[in-house]
Amino acid sequence: MLEVNNLTKYFNTPSGKLHACEGVSLSIAKGETLGLVGESGCGKTTTGRTIIRLYEPDEGQIIFDGHDITHLTQKKLLPFRKKIQMIFQDPYASLNPRMTAGDIIREPMIVHRLPKDEHTDRVNHLLKLVGLNSEQAGRYPHEFSGGQRQRIGIARALAAEPEMIICDEPISALDVSIQAQIVNILEDLQKSLGLTYLFVAHDLSMVRHISTRVAVMYLGSIVETAESDELYTRPLHPYTVSLLSSVPVPDPDKSAMRHIIPLKGEIPSAVNPPSGCKFHTRCPNAKPECSSITPVLQDKGSNHLCACPFV
Amino acid sequence: MNYNPDDFLPLTLQEKSSAEIMRPSKTYWADVWSRLKTDRLAMLGLLTITVIILFAVFGPMLSRYSYDEMDFNFSNEPPSLIHWFGCDMLGRDLFVRVMYGARISLSVGILASIIELLIGVAYGGISGFKGGKVDDVMMRIVDVIYSVPAMIYVILLMVVVGPGLKSIFITLGISYWAPMARMVRAEVMRLKNEEFVIAARVTGASPSRILFRHIIPNAMGAVLVTLTFSVPGAIFTEAFLSFVGLGVSAPMASWGVLSSDAVEALAVYPYQLFFPAAAISLTILAFNFLGDGLRDALDPKLRK
Repeated sequence: MLEVNNLTKYFNTPSGKLHACEGVSLSIAKGETLGLVGESGCGKTTTGRTIIRLYEPDEGQIIFDGHDITHLTQKKLLPFRKKIQMIFQDPYASLNPRMTAGDIIREPMIVHRLPKDEHTDRVNHLLKLVGLNSEQAGRYPHEFSGGQRQRIGIARALAAEPEMIICDEPISALDVSIQAQIVNILEDLQKSLGLTYLFVAHDLSMVRHISTRVAVMYLGSIVETAESDELYTRPLHPYTVSLLSSVPVPDPDKSAMRHIIPLKGEIPSAVNPPSGCKFHTRCPNAKPECSSITPVLQDKGSNHLCACPFV
Repeated sequence: MNYNPDDFLPLTLQEKSSAEIMRPSKTYWADVWSRLKTDRLAMLGLLTITVIILFAVFGPMLSRYSYDEMDFNFSNEPPSLIHWFGCDMLGRDLFVRVMYGARISLSVGILASIIELLIGVAYGGISGFKGGKVDDVMMRIVDVIYSVPAMIYVILLMVVVGPGLKSIFITLGISYWAPMARMVRAEVMRLKNEEFVIAARVTGASPSRILFRHIIPNAMGAVLVTLTFSVPGAIFTEAFLSFVGLGVSAPMASWGVLSSDAVEALAVYPYQLFFPAAAISLTILAFNFLGDGLRDALDPKLRK
């Protein structure tokens, strides 16, 4: 459904060129969920936003449903905007405070010229679909709670009948009990509407729960991708291993037994990333040659790709 | 203590919904209005402005005298029951002249704010929304306009067009929207990176839809406050220009002209200056009170 090849996006900042996303390649099959995880600031959001063409990619290709959409003008992109939608991280910032919930959900229908007489019915239907009721259509965003706002955000993303949704950390701004509700809604919708998700997050356990496949990102590049269970039970890349060892275990006995692999130092600046393997400055098994060889993703069996030549 | 086991049964659906406290949905502006209503000074300002506008519109029609009617029997008459504010040197009723002056002064204020609203908001909106080189060029033009004092425009226009309302309007039209354009630009720059605007872009909304449906409505609060503060500025500019002799000419009256005429006889007939000066001060004060109140009502965080 979606294929991304060698996607690269730089930002010009006063201190130099920021390598937000470098040589990212992904593919997502229809009905699948790809989880994209990594530390804050590693370029997850940029990758999502570049795929949806909010940013102009500097290099690479974005192929959606067999069409290359990398360089389409905004006008020609419109039919694809209908098919790929997005859910945002902050449910407070992502809804226009001057529009009612109903108007917010109606907007994509107006933009994509869905038949006018169906708008109101469809708004009511969507509200019900995300667990709100149709009387709430006339209310303003400030009258809703965070979880309810995120539901409105989901309803808006569904309004134009998309095939794929990029979820940009849709649950990280919500508290834990609400997170589960939102994830369940997303899963139910995926089943009933056959949606494809790119699920960007930094909560590893939630990603494991929702994703078919998971990609791990470090400093703008993907270091490992595998089937969800495979990645969590048999992580290969030293970064993934360390990342997974940091997930808290809700059992004090097991927690005492687990082996945390702490990383040395800070995440390096994306303006001036380390040469060779970007992870070599913090890698527990770094070898001298790591600073000169740029690693590529290699298949380590059963579709498990890893960008470390030493595992 | 005795407990009744019935009290611990789960609620039926109907009971549940009756327990829910539902407040009627309030729009943003209804909310602002309800906060503004609690601000006494702002409401006093609004009331004063309304009264002044009513006097300006209907006062001269209802008065027995007209603004240019002279009666030398009443030359320099002090305030009395016949002439409430007294008369000027030529025996013209000052009460009707102050009300007539309000028409000129207020229409200058209102016209200046309409120009400010139309040009300032559109210009600042486009500049902030486009960003980059377009923004650079557009803002340098504003800098140039802003750096030339309004007095120079007036004096130049005096030479070309001659003194009068027309040159005041043109002056205000050229220069008055610059601060508004700057303010709107800053506001648009802030808003265009908000997630709800990005969400609209993802939806595929056109740039004009994004600007007019998402960005400008969210900047309207700040625009309104700037506007309320700039109306008295325009009124004061007109009064000042008329006072130094660059404004409307006789027999028309504006508050500035009335003050200017009265200064000559200040030592003997101080009431001739008092009334127009009081009208100017009262109006400017009222607009400032209203602007302060509006600013607080639009941003509840600002309140102490």
